[in-house]
Amino acid sequence: MIETAAGPVQVRATVLTLRRVDAYHALTLVAPAIATRFRPGQFVTVAVGGPETSMLGRRAFVVHDVRPDHGGTVEFVFEALGPGTRWLAALRARDTLDAVGPLGRPFPVPKNPSRCLLLGVGYGSAPLFALATKLTDRACSVDFVLGGPSADRVFGALSARRSGRSATITTADGSLGARGPVTAMLEQVIREARTEVIYASAPVPVLRDVTALAARYAIPVQASVDVPMACGIGVCMGCVLPVTGTDGITRIVRACVDGPVFRADLVRWDDVGTIPFDALGAPGWKPKAEGHLHAG
Amino acid sequence: MPADMRARLGPLELPNPVLAAAGCAGAGRELAQFIDVARVGAIISKSIMTEPRTGNPAPRLAETPSGLLNSVGLQGPGIDAFLQRDLPWLLSHGARVVVSIAGQTVREYGALAARLSDAAGVSAVEINLSCPNAEDAGRLFALDPTTAGSVVAAVRASLRHDLPVFAKLSPDVTDIVAVAGTCVAAGADGLSLINVVLGMAIDPATMRPALAGAYGGLSGPAVRPVAVRCVWQVAEAFPDVPIIGTGGVRTGRDALELLLAGAWMIGVGTAIMHDPSACSRVVRELEEELAAIGADQVADIIGRAHPRGYGGPGRPPALGGFRGVASPGQYSNT
Repeated sequence: MIETAAGPVQVRATVLTLRRVDAYHALTLVAPAIATRFRPGQFVTVAVGGPETSMLGRRAFVVHDVRPDHGGTVEFVFEALGPGTRWLAALRARDTLDAVGPLGRPFPVPKNPSRCLLLGVGYGSAPLFALATKLTDRACSVDFVLGGPSADRVFGALSARRSGRSATITTADGSLGARGPVTAMLEQVIREARTEVIYASAPVPVLRDVTALAARYAIPVQASVDVPMACGIGVCMGCVLPVTGTDGITRIVRACVDGPVFRADLVRWDDVGTIPFDALGAPGWKPKAEGHLHAG
Repeated sequence: MPADMRARLGPLELPNPVLAAAGCAGAGRELAQFIDVARVGAIISKSIMTEPRTGNPAPRLAETPSGLLNSVGLQGPGIDAFLQRDLPWLLSHGARVVVSIAGQTVREYGALAARLSDAAGVSAVEINLSCPNAEDAGRLFALDPTTAGSVVAAVRASLRHDLPVFAKLSPDVTDIVAVAGTCVAAGADGLSLINVVLGMAIDPATMRPALAGAYGGLSGPAVRPVAVRCVWQVAEAFPDVPIIGTGGVRTGRDALELLLAGAWMIGVGTAIMHDPSACSRVVRELEEELAAIGADQVADIIGRAHPRGYGGPGRPPALGGFRGVASPGQYSNT
């Protein structure tokens, strides 16, 4: 972890707006200290349930957008699926929330103008629009590929059509765009757009498929993983997955600190949720004669 | 007038009695983004083992009412990386460091203690006894008074004599006072209680256990009454033995409750997951609580919930306590 002046802050943030976006909710917080530090791909955590809450885990959300109004606002998108997100969905303007951010490794952007493909599934596409703005500012082209189970669970289709050079939409039930998984259209878009870099934010099985497909075209992928987190700052050790370092050693790393954006070819997608036998410190793992002391 | 918050354990003086509990403060750097680690009484490291360790598969955490269930499995860097990287970082940021150690055999605990004897700047050692004993079919050291005592003896024998040793006890025993007794007899200078309570959650949607390891350790406010009971029982049996009371402390008032039960110091653990600045907030809130009840110093309220006779007035101060230091419970404002 690198300590910089732009590190995360913990603030009492005020709810500016909470709006429905089809099946999802978009919550905008007034949080200038987070907004000014934010880079696309980073996330925030919030405490849910009020001061005497029985819900101890923080809820982590990748930031959709930051704006300069009111000194700086931060918006994230979520689906009200459990007690914590239902509590959030019941907030009103001027309520306050304990918020921490911005957290995690942002999307790295190319040094030179590149043809970028941005792929998102469900509300996972939320972080891609701030990224698209940043890429466009750097003279990159942006092609969107968005998917979801149904039309009301494809986030940002309109924004994608507006801000992208192209926008390809797929839904599992065919209610918007082509019918089928998001990966079904990917190969065609890669070829037509002559894609050089892929940014993907989707469930792990989709990221695995995107990584495999991109490898056939030798296209680098930056993948934002959506794994459950309890603290978001690296102390609970809950959000781990196996990632191979550039030194070739696999480590069990924390998505909140080393991610949520990873170089996709280094993530061992098939082993997510397991401890690979060759991971550093796995049962039966033996330290090499040298070089392990500084690892981990 | 603000209360004197200092906590003293023989050679060790802490500016306040609030400690970041083992396994809840990462390597220290994570918390330093939000709090000044030098202002916490001490940082207890995550449990350090001989070798690096991956820990258990995910999912490792499940949220339960006012609790977190975890089966992280002691993921950690190993003692070499800890001594080279994490300990110097903490010391250079002004933190006082209690090193938690965990082993798979009695011998491993002893070897870790020997390594720590050579490390400069360590304030104390905490022995995590809630580890599977590889020589006893994976039964936790903490569950058997004799085994727990032999770990403490091995650590005490290998460790520099001026470093205080705390044995961290599991509440999952029928008689925690018996385990505390063998640990004290084996040379523990203090006791830490409680560690997690074994628990389990099943997800009705998947019909599978919520944790990959099926069951895990429950922590958080849900276990606080268990911690209060354990601290109370052990403090009653060993009023002179310093106790770090840990278990579900979220506020200064919660800390006060454990002090009243007989803890000399307080560990803040799972609350950090919910609030990264929990440790410094609890220090501030405890200060306010003490001021509100008119206590001059922390020692005034330690064990005060116990009936008269427990380390109370009329007890010669020089005879109790840690290495000749006066024991708490000399009530100044009764």
